[in-house]
Amino acid sequence: MHFPRRSFLTLLTLGAAAALWPLRALAAWVRPDAAFAAKTLDEIYAGLGGTPEPSSEITFLSPEIAENGAVVPVNITSKIAGTDQIAILVEMNPNPLAAVFNFPEGTDTAVQTRVKVAQTCKLHALVRANGKWYSTSRETKVTLGGCGG
Amino acid sequence: MANPMRIRATTTNGVTEVKALMSHPMETGLRKDSAGVAVPAHYIQQVQAKHNDKVVLAAEWGPAVSQNPFLQFRFNGGAAGDKVSIQWTDSTGDSRTDEIVLA
Repeated sequence: MHFPRRSFLTLLTLGAAAALWPLRALAAWVRPDAAFAAKTLDEIYAGLGGTPEPSSEITFLSPEIAENGAVVPVNITSKIAGTDQIAILVEMNPNPLAAVFNFPEGTDTAVQTRVKVAQTCKLHALVRANGKWYSTSRETKVTLGGCGG
Repeated sequence: MANPMRIRATTTNGVTEVKALMSHPMETGLRKDSAGVAVPAHYIQQVQAKHNDKVVLAAEWGPAVSQNPFLQFRFNGGAAGDKVSIQWTDSTGDSRTDEIVLA
C-alpha cells in the first residue's frame, strides 16, 4: 500500500494559501484612532499618513466670529479631482481632529456640519485626493468657549 | 435607543441634497457637571448614509462635533420612491437608523 505523499503535500500547500488569502481584505478603511486621540497637528498628520500641502481648490466657509464656540458651522467643498476624504481639524481643541468624511464615487465632495471650537484658533480643512493630502485653513474668533460652561 | 433624527432630502437636476439633524448629547468626557463630577464621554463615532443599498457617505466623528449634530451633503441620482437612510453608532455601542422615501 502506498501513501499518496505527493498529493497530500499538494493539499497542504493549497490549504496554507487559502488561509492566507483573507489578509488581502484587511486593507479596507479602518477608523484612524491614533489621529482622533492625537493632541497636535503633526501627530494627526502622522496618523492620517502624510503632511498636507496648501491648496486653493478647497472652499472652506466658517464664521469669522463665532458667538458660541459649541456650535460653529463649517462648510467644506473640494474641487480637487479624485477627492475621497475630507477631514476637519480645530487647532486648539484638546483633540484637534473633529471629523473625517469618506466620499464614494457619485457623491459631491462637499459637506456641511457643525463643530465645537474651544477657543479662538485656526480651523483646518484637509482633503485627500489620489493618496495625497491638501489643506486650507481659516481663523475663527470665539467669544464663548465650546467646552461646557 | 435615542430620539429619531430629522432627515430632509430634495432632488434637483439629478442631484439629491440631504440634510440630517441627529439627536445626541455628544459628550466629550471633559465636561464636569454642577457637582464637579466628570460627565462620561458619549458621542457619535460613525455615520453612514445610504441611497437604497449604496453607501453615499461614510463619516468617522470625534467628540468635537456639536451637540445634536447637523450634516448636509449631496449625491448624484435619486428618484421618487428611492430610500435614503442614515445610521449612526456612538461610543457606547448604541446605534440608530432612520430612513426616508424621496418625494
